[in-house]
Amino acid sequence: MSQPSILVEGLTKSFGDVHALRGIDLSVPHGTVLGVLGPNGAGKTTAVRILTTLLRPDGGRAVVEGYDVVRDAAAVRRSIGLAGQSAAIQEELTGRENLEIIGRLYHLSWPRARSRAVELLEQFGLSDAADRAAKNYSGGMQRRLDLAASLVGQPRVLFLDEPTTGLDPRSRLGMWDIIRSLVADGTTLLLTTQYLDEADELADEIVVIDHGLVIAAGTAEELKGRVGGDVVEFTVPDRRRIDDAVAAIAKLGEGEPHADQDTGVVSTGVGGRGSAALIDTVRALDSAGIETAGLGLRRPSLDDVFLALTGHAAEEEDPPGKRKRGSRGRRRAERARSAPADDADSADHDENARATS
Amino acid sequence: MSDTLTITRRNLLVWMRVPAYLMFTVIQPVMFVLLFRYVFGGAIPVHVRGGYVNFLMPGIIGQTAAFATFGTAIALAQELKKGVIDRFRSMPMARSAVLAGRLVADTGRMLLTILIIVGVGYAVGFRFTNGVGGAVAMVVLATVFGLAICCISAYTGLAIGDEESVQAFGLIWLFPITFLSSAFVPIPSMPGWLQAFANNQPVTYVINTMRALALGGPVEASLWKSIAWLAGIFIVFLPLAVRAYRRAG
Repeated sequence: MSQPSILVEGLTKSFGDVHALRGIDLSVPHGTVLGVLGPNGAGKTTAVRILTTLLRPDGGRAVVEGYDVVRDAAAVRRSIGLAGQSAAIQEELTGRENLEIIGRLYHLSWPRARSRAVELLEQFGLSDAADRAAKNYSGGMQRRLDLAASLVGQPRVLFLDEPTTGLDPRSRLGMWDIIRSLVADGTTLLLTTQYLDEADELADEIVVIDHGLVIAAGTAEELKGRVGGDVVEFTVPDRRRIDDAVAAIAKLGEGEPHADQDTGVVSTGVGGRGSAALIDTVRALDSAGIETAGLGLRRPSLDDVFLALTGHAAEEEDPPGKRKRGSRGRRRAERARSAPADDADSADHDENARATS
Repeated sequence: MSDTLTITRRNLLVWMRVPAYLMFTVIQPVMFVLLFRYVFGGAIPVHVRGGYVNFLMPGIIGQTAAFATFGTAIALAQELKKGVIDRFRSMPMARSAVLAGRLVADTGRMLLTILIIVGVGYAVGFRFTNGVGGAVAMVVLATVFGLAICCISAYTGLAIGDEESVQAFGLIWLFPITFLSSAFVPIPSMPGWLQAFANNQPVTYVINTMRALALGGPVEASLWKSIAWLAGIFIVFLPLAVRAYRRAG
């Protein structure tokens, strides 16, 4: 196909002094999944809002299915579906009513709106709950209903803004299955996420954005290659020994170890040497007489990718209170691996709300 | 047009699912009726045939219409916050439908509340004394007045976009404009500086017109001023609300 499904060139958008987008380029071929990865306030939501005609860009252009998002906004709206960060459903109404009303607003006939609602409720495992008020749904069910609503119009391009933020791990896996089944039938998908593993699971291509700029693009494997495989990480409870610990393991990793002076967390990329590197680390620390807590081997996180790409952890160099924010970002990324439902999400909503209002 | 009907139907459906909300919006004006009829009314001398209850009811009905628009502002702020308005704006539907459907549904809700309050008024001694035509005209004027206030509330809901702030802001402007008017007490009983405000603000013109329509008396002067004010409110706030919707989020 000659033209990509989504094409973005030099897109800029500022809100007063805040430069949410500083010239980003994207190209998403038909029927593929682009994961837009970035920390809070990186500009992900702003980009989605421009692409879904909710916001006008300051500069550059964005084309969806061949239609310019500013000049042919109406045609773009006929081609897209959007599921935002919160479940945009009417909680007093039942799941079925929510979908039927969306169907009517897509100008389906009543019988067609009804049958489309039944299809989607079935597809999203909500048939049993179809006639219950959505306010009695679990968080995961509400998100599924919201996703179903975005598909009523059978869009060729779907935008999902942090589709699993705030979900518990089980709901998150369920959501991944649903998203995989959607893209299997040829829908183009642009998905934003803060979680590397989510982008890894779902996306064909990933772009990493930070402070309104694309700082890396490639497949998940390519990005992880930049990090250099697995990461050995441990905490040094005695803050005075952090520098000793860094010195002790300096030669074991593939690059410089990274140490957070506030939290005492030290990490280093160890490539494919995984468990061998882990044993070496234990020996090195032991012979240096350094006590550690929570020593372990883990897959690279978003922070590791950021560290490798930019030399700083996500958001770390932001004033004010720079080290604090960095460590919070780290903890968030860590929780994200074990349990994606984390309270930092509310902060994310606020940040995005501020950035886009 | 069909989109507006769909949104209207949706809003009415939501409203019927929350009977507590209906109860609340009805109980509040009923309490005002009882409070002013039986507690304050005896201390407020009026020269109206049928006594204070006849003076009071057009005022309460006007206030009921204005207060009903709290719901408009809050509902729009909630929809904005939850992303419902983002979804509608990203869909190929009529751009005007969300606002139009909101105004139509809320006007219907307002009319029902007004009729209930008229019934309550009758139970406590209020009587229309200017014929059926006057009574119907009063209800129509109250509804058009409520719709005008609804436009202001819709604008505040979309512009502020936060449920609690919207509610607090509603109290700040809706209470003064309804109480500092001829709705509950004769304006000559107020201090002079307050009379200057109360005599020249739209709620007073509308309430005076409603009172004349309900009870008889000269209508024309206050009617024209009411129409002029209401037209002005529509001309200013309807476009503002539309613009706030277009830029929502």
